[in-house]
Amino acid sequence: MILNGIELQNFLIVSAILFCVGISGIFANRKNVISLLMSIELMLLAVNINFVAFSAYLNDLVGQIFAIFVLTVAGAEAAIGLAILVLYFSNNKNIEIDKVSKMKG
Amino acid sequence: MNFTLTLFYLFSFILLSSSLMVVATRNMVYSVMFLILCFVNAAALFVLVGAEFIAMLLIVVYVGAIAVLFLFVVMMLNVDVKATKEKANKYLPILIMTGIVLFVEIILIAKFSTLKLYSTTSLYEINANISNVEAIGNVLYTDFVIPFQLAGAILFVAMIGAIALTLKEDNKFLKKQVISNQTARNKNNSIEITKVKSGEGIDL
Repeated sequence: MILNGIELQNFLIVSAILFCVGISGIFANRKNVISLLMSIELMLLAVNINFVAFSAYLNDLVGQIFAIFVLTVAGAEAAIGLAILVLYFSNNKNIEIDKVSKMKG
Repeated sequence: MNFTLTLFYLFSFILLSSSLMVVATRNMVYSVMFLILCFVNAAALFVLVGAEFIAMLLIVVYVGAIAVLFLFVVMMLNVDVKATKEKANKYLPILIMTGIVLFVEIILIAKFSTLKLYSTTSLYEINANISNVEAIGNVLYTDFVIPFQLAGAILFVAMIGAIALTLKEDNKFLKKQVISNQTARNKNNSIEITKVKSGEGIDL
């Protein structure tokens, strides 16, 4: 399937690489939780690229509609995650992943 | 190789290399900046296939709101980079292996998928005569109005949750667990046994 001279496989491969970079980022960093959240954002971006590419190539608008909802959930997740992070930092003065093992009120 | 394909390769190269930099950079501020670069290039990729609305939404929502929120939190927390610098990651080979294996699996699926064999019937076909924004608006506010409202409810709950989490103490909205009070309870001061005459009830 070719649209504007670009094949669908190109988009799928780009999105696959992006997803794998995101997953590797989750495993790789042991520094702090913010980069973990950013890796999750990268993975959601890869999912969005897949949705939009399939939507364009299969000539169906629902993929783009669903991408909007994925964007919504990503925004909510980032807001809640960063709020938890700020709360945790004000209690413990660090956000290293290895030390985030107790979450007591 | 035509012009659009060249643009695709350019944007996806910048997208992938900046996503690698997001993961690899030690400094969190640079990391957020590369994340912004990622989003902008993904928006450019979306424009190439004709999804302008999602592209603009990506720039407005991600770059304008989420990435700035990340930047704000990074600068507010002021995590010291030097303290965590010297630790080498001993899981690095396993991590690279995991990434490569996962990538090869996804590539195999993408290469040998039987997608072209399916007869695709589009429920909402993309009309070339109207703009992308108008097409999405026509569908989103009519057939997808309940998921749209639910997305609004999710955002509302997230907003309330974020405010409730980050508010300081001494407010009556936030109920926290007081462990000493909880363990100091015993049977005498928490349970009262009363005989209730029938038809009269009790005063609490």
